[in-house]
Amino acid sequence: MDITLIWYLVPAIVMFCCGVYGFLTRRNMIAMLISLELMLNAVDINFVVFNRYLFPSSMEGWMFTLFGIAIAAAETALAIAIIINLFRVSKNIDVRDATKMKN
Amino acid sequence: MDITIPILILAIPLFMFLLLGLAGVKMSHKLAGTLGTLGMGTVLVLSYYTAFTYYFSGNPEFIDGTTRLQAVIFNHTWLQFTPALAIRIGFLLDPISAMMLIVIPTISFMVHVYSLGYMHGEKGFQRYYAFLSLFSFSMLGLVVATNIFQMYIFWELVGASSFLLIGFFYTLPSAVSACKKAFIVTRFADLGFLIGILVLSYFTHHLDFLPMTQNPQAVLASFEGVTFLGASGLTWALVLIFTGGMGKSAMLPLHIWLPDAMEGPTPVSALIHAATMVVAGVYLVARLFPLYMLEDAALMFITVVGAATAFYAAMVACAQIDIKRILAFSTISQIAFMMVSLGVASKNNVAIHEGLGYMASMFHLFTHAMFKALLFLGAGSLIHAVHSNNYTAMGGLRKYMPITHITFLIGCLAIAGIWPFAGFFSKDEILSACFANGTFWGIWMMMVAAMTAFYMFRMYFLVFWWDNPDYEKEHHGHLPHDPGFAMTFPLIFLGIVSIIAGFIPFGQLVTFDGHEYHIHIDWSIAGLSMGVAILSIAFSAWLYMKKNDKPRRMADSCRWLWTAANRRFYWDEIYLFITRRIIFDGICKPIAWFDRHIIDGTMDGFAYVTNKASYAIRGFQSGKVQMYIWWYLIGAVVLGIITAICVL
Repeated sequence: MDITLIWYLVPAIVMFCCGVYGFLTRRNMIAMLISLELMLNAVDINFVVFNRYLFPSSMEGWMFTLFGIAIAAAETALAIAIIINLFRVSKNIDVRDATKMKN
Repeated sequence: MDITIPILILAIPLFMFLLLGLAGVKMSHKLAGTLGTLGMGTVLVLSYYTAFTYYFSGNPEFIDGTTRLQAVIFNHTWLQFTPALAIRIGFLLDPISAMMLIVIPTISFMVHVYSLGYMHGEKGFQRYYAFLSLFSFSMLGLVVATNIFQMYIFWELVGASSFLLIGFFYTLPSAVSACKKAFIVTRFADLGFLIGILVLSYFTHHLDFLPMTQNPQAVLASFEGVTFLGASGLTWALVLIFTGGMGKSAMLPLHIWLPDAMEGPTPVSALIHAATMVVAGVYLVARLFPLYMLEDAALMFITVVGAATAFYAAMVACAQIDIKRILAFSTISQIAFMMVSLGVASKNNVAIHEGLGYMASMFHLFTHAMFKALLFLGAGSLIHAVHSNNYTAMGGLRKYMPITHITFLIGCLAIAGIWPFAGFFSKDEILSACFANGTFWGIWMMMVAAMTAFYMFRMYFLVFWWDNPDYEKEHHGHLPHDPGFAMTFPLIFLGIVSIIAGFIPFGQLVTFDGHEYHIHIDWSIAGLSMGVAILSIAFSAWLYMKKNDKPRRMADSCRWLWTAANRRFYWDEIYLFITRRIIFDGICKPIAWFDRHIIDGTMDGFAYVTNKASYAIRGFQSGKVQMYIWWYLIGAVVLGIITAICVL
């Protein structure tokens, strides 16, 4: 049985939908961050797979995957720093309660 | 001629202006006044040297046999537009500019000395001297201009320094409005001047005086066939240029600023508003005179404007109370004499030498500068002693102020045209030129000359004779007295000049074509004009020598005329009516309404709609991240569906 493109795309789309669902429904910022990571990794899988199956001679997909991983790491570090600071101020990381800057 | 001295003549006053203007506040009054006066004294010596070199050295640069030449000492190109059209700054020596090089520094130096006494202890003394230097610089630059644009630049500079000096007492509202009035009226006239310059240079393709005046036929040829509204192009250009002169020299419709300019310090009135700046219009016409001679229409315009102004100003001067106003209207009238003299000097004048009017005008400019400065400085001395500008506060002053009295009398005799005082000779030449052009102008100007004698002696008798007020009571024990030496010296000096200036052989020095011209005093005209002047003086002596009620009864017998003349024939009211009722109410207010309600209204409408729309949709900006994601997701899905529909 050949492992075709679709074998990779289905888990990726499942991951992405899980990420979207989690991002929309969870109120805990850490959980929202994890959901975000899920979406990003699903996209990374897509990049690599499309590159391998459609354009085996070029490397753009890999490159973008590496970029994506690096950006995800930086963004995670930043988001966690914000969340920790928020927690220090309000002892609470519920996204609905972070309204101090409004008005 | 070496260029060092001409450059120094212009550079010293400019340097003094910068020095006193920038560092003046750090100086004492005495140092600033001394520096300014010394600077002007140096300029006086240098420009006398230059003028005497020009007239008497016999240098082939300046005189060719018996013909005086126009010599350009230096001519620096400042702005080059096209190979032909450039703006240059230069130094032109010819008979009239050399004459002005005597007049301006003399009067300016006398005023500098006089002001040491007159302005003593005034706040802003250093600023005053800085402005005097600026004025002297600008006026000297104006008269030595080699091209019409340089003249225009300095023309504006004298206007600006006149503005600064009229408004010197800037805490007085009357001085502030007077300086604004002077500036606005002359600026308005200078608009005509500028258009005239542009018209002239558009056709001649250059701005220099010498090619224009030495070859006027070429200028006429360059205007060949150009007409506009029934007058030739050259006439339009010359009349427009003359408009600038009308503003500066206070000719009839634009004369309203000069009487108000008397709000400035009196020495300033003597320097700027009697002797030098106000004759710039005459000087301008004289400078372009070969062109004016080609256009009889332009000359006729000058004659009519001048004659009307001379008569009007003399009428008004008979009914003023403020002695400086009397002198101001007298100045307007005398400048109009010079203008008429230029206007009647037409080449069609076969009866007499065509250059007579030109020479007479310049001669009168010279003598008038001397005796009118003398009269103004004398008036300053009176005001200094009595602390009022009105003759009603004076009377019988001949006993208290002998020097002022004698010099003032000399000035009055000179302006009335009594032999052997300076005014006699120049006024006689003007009247001869008028009679040569036409008997009408001659009789008209002789009538004005008679009025001149009358109003000057009216003032003289009212100030120095009339009754004898109780000065001791009014001035708390101080009797009026002659001022100190700094103020009497200029009076005595100018008094002597006013006596002897008439004997200068002017015809040999200043003529329009450089050829020597012998003055013949026409004793029939001279005797007639002097007889008329003596009659006027006798009449005013009969009226005003002793206190009586004849003047009051005379005024009562034609009250409307007296009131009209006293109110200057309502010119100011006419101007106010035109500006307030017609321009402001009729034109400006509707425009302001349109601007406020239509143009601003449209813009305000845009702002209002945007504002309301923003309020309506501000709810979307909830600050809830997950709401945003929802909107984003919905948007993305909708876009995906649209794309899918389009692709399929």
